[in-house]
Amino acid sequence: MKLILNEEQQMLKDSAKDFAENRTPVNHFRSLRDDNDPQNWDKEVWKEMVELGWSGILIPEEFGGSDFGLAGISVIMQEIGKTLTPSPLLATAVLGASAINTFGTQEQKAEYLPKIASGEITTALAVDEESHHAPSNTLTKAELVGDEWVINGKKKFVVDGSSADVLIVLARTSGVKGENAGLTLFILNANQEGVEVIKTDMADCRNYANIVFDNVSLAKKALLGDQESGGEAIDKILDEGRIALSAEMLGNSEAAFEMTLNYLKERKQFGVLIGTFQALQHRAAEMFVEIELTKSAVMAAMQGADENNNDLQRMASLAKSIAGETLYLVSNESVQMHGGIGVTDEYDIGFYMKRARVAEVIFGGANFHQERYANLSNF
Amino acid sequence: MEHLESFRAEVKEWLEENCPPSMRTGAKVDASSATDEVWGGRNAVYKNPESKLWLDRMGAKGWTMPTVAKEYGGGGLSKEETKILNEELWSIGAKQALLSFGIWMLAPALLEYASEEQKRLHIPRIIKGEIRWCQGYSEPGSGSDLASLSTKAEDMGDHYLVNGQKVWTSYADQADWIFALVRTGPQEPKHTGISFLLIDMATEGVSTKPITLISGKSPFCETFFDNVKVPKENLVGEVNAGWTIAKALLQHERNFISNFGLAGAASGGGNDVVTLAKKHFGEEDGKIANGIFRSDVTTHKMKEHAFGLTLKRAGDEGGKASAVASMFKYYGTEHNKKRHEMMIAAMGSNGVAWDGDEYDQEEKDLTKAWLRTKGNSIEGGTSEVQLNVISKRVLGLPS
Ligand SMILES: Cc1cc2nc3c(=O)[nH]c(=O)nc-3n(C[C@H](O)[C@H](O)[C@H](O)COP(=O)(O)OP(=O)(O)OC[C@H]3O[C@@H](n4cnc5c(N)ncnc54)[C@H](O)[C@@H]3O)c2cc1C
Repeated sequence: MKLILNEEQQMLKDSAKDFAENRTPVNHFRSLRDDNDPQNWDKEVWKEMVELGWSGILIPEEFGGSDFGLAGISVIMQEIGKTLTPSPLLATAVLGASAINTFGTQEQKAEYLPKIASGEITTALAVDEESHHAPSNTLTKAELVGDEWVINGKKKFVVDGSSADVLIVLARTSGVKGENAGLTLFILNANQEGVEVIKTDMADCRNYANIVFDNVSLAKKALLGDQESGGEAIDKILDEGRIALSAEMLGNSEAAFEMTLNYLKERKQFGVLIGTFQALQHRAAEMFVEIELTKSAVMAAMQGADENNNDLQRMASLAKSIAGETLYLVSNESVQMHGGIGVTDEYDIGFYMKRARVAEVIFGGANFHQERYANLSNF
Repeated sequence: MEHLESFRAEVKEWLEENCPPSMRTGAKVDASSATDEVWGGRNAVYKNPESKLWLDRMGAKGWTMPTVAKEYGGGGLSKEETKILNEELWSIGAKQALLSFGIWMLAPALLEYASEEQKRLHIPRIIKGEIRWCQGYSEPGSGSDLASLSTKAEDMGDHYLVNGQKVWTSYADQADWIFALVRTGPQEPKHTGISFLLIDMATEGVSTKPITLISGKSPFCETFFDNVKVPKENLVGEVNAGWTIAKALLQHERNFISNFGLAGAASGGGNDVVTLAKKHFGEEDGKIANGIFRSDVTTHKMKEHAFGLTLKRAGDEGGKASAVASMFKYYGTEHNKKRHEMMIAAMGSNGVAWDGDEYDQEEKDLTKAWLRTKGNSIEGGTSEVQLNVISKRVLGLPS
């Protein structure tokens, strides 16, 4: 495995960089927030992303995608992460596309994938039910009643949950809380009877929902993957999501760091630039090193995913954990090094801290992934 | 591809015939735990005659510096061939034939800056392990501020006359030659009055005095120059232009030291902190029984994983950029210190054993190795100095 981008990936990265800088600088996010945009992402921007082919990167050509792989979508996430661009990329183009493409029947693929690629639908993955990420703690129940599955339960903190047209839901068909066995994935329309979507407002002003399933009846073909195979399937889907999200978090760190470096080179106190103070220089150098380590972990995970590396779970946990810790460090230090304006709403740097803490919780924080890494490594 | 496969076969066959059995007991590439390591040189004592044989054979092939051109005594191998050679050495557990400052620091700098004559004279002798070198940079008054050094070399027409003192000169008492920074331009600004001089330690007026470290060992010395006459052809590069060479050499040194951070190339008898922790804290369901220590181990190991990937990425990107050597030096040595701290902590009282028969040799060695790592973040430029380099040269922060 080479830890560098190939030509195709580099081109995607360059075009995403260009898009983020020109079409969606941080002000784009700011105005969505100021306007209380009900969807928290911009339809027009999403349409342009679709036109660039981003929604189909994990989708095979026969279903209208380009099949450029996880590294391809991850470098895009990294670039748009730099300007905090909100979009359905993670929930739809990574999680939805990967779940359906990997575990769907031919029929399901034909039904959903072309619509994802063309931007006709967006999706959301409903996994967690508690305040901490824990797929195996799923209690939402699916029972076979006659010919139909009946689902009851409540999902929490579903990314893009309030805008999605299609939901992929992790439910328990047997076993008890804490077990991975007995979990099954279902796919359904969000406007299905019995589904109640409750939009939630989180610190990063992005789209999330809690979703209640009250006797939701589904045809048998709503199973995604085999019955009781959801525990393993969700792990694979989530790992792809975690890696793409790590790339976005890396982009967040890079941008916050760059803004801070620029500030150190322009702000004067005591008659000199504050960047001459060694107390700040060394902390900046430490951040640089942590960002470099993060780049390597993310690069290895995304390239590993595309090469079916058999150590992918550990690599995904490494990437998410290190990306999270680095972003924690950088977001805090960035605010501190800006002094008073760092804690104002008018200045962008605070946005990075709010996004950092929310992204940290999505699909497992550093603690979750350290525990997982330790178990996988037999520590 | 075909060529590489046949090269691999050749290497295998050669190693089969030429690597003595006692040299196949596991690679040790760390300079910090010296037991039966081979450093070569005129004064070398070979406890095991097979280690001398192994050095001579590898040296004759030029495989102690595989990528150096054959005309300078090197192996003349390509990058790919070198990789194969290393894999094959690794796969039979071959010991490093030669540990050498000449290889790690001086030869790369000579290749870049020395005259053709100097290269032809010195590099083959480094590769064969005939001459052991030491590094004469630091002085009592000039450590981090190296460029303030004052050991002076006066131009006496047909030779230089060197007077002054160096300090922390690793293995000076065992070395044959020293590469030294000397002041040739006392009136010049401090960076532009320094020259890079090669001095035979056997010359009259050179003397050394060992210094004992916290580990109890004395791997380095004070080195004194008292009216030492040095031939003019021993100057590398131009007069007063030695600082550039000094810095280039430091980068080679930093790159070398940074590899200490990886457990694979570890001291401490190849001990792994996880194994040690399980042994001394016990296991519960196959896990390190002390949960808090287990969590420390985990974050440490994850950082190590990411650091290893970063070294690999730098290689894939086409070599370590100069200022980035500071990042590796900084992180690798800090990480290595932490790794040793964790190992001795995992071992409890066994981790602080010093002498006597109640504790085994490996445990006592690890105590010393732990103390030795404290020098890692000082030698070759301190951690603080590396952070200065990163902030100024990589991040462009103002001075
Ligand atoms: C094990 C070992 C082997 C060595 N081998 C050799 C050798 O073979 N040859 C050789 O020439 N030298 C050798 N050295 C010397 C080494 O290069 C010096 O010790 C090192 O450069 C630091 O210099 P110093 O000891 O004078 O410390 P000082 O420079 O006095 O530093 C003292 C403290 O001040 C800090 N400091 C200094 N300047 C700054 C600054 N600008 N900003 C922030 N903090 C600063 C340092 O980081 C350190 O913490 C060796 C050292 C060790 C420990």
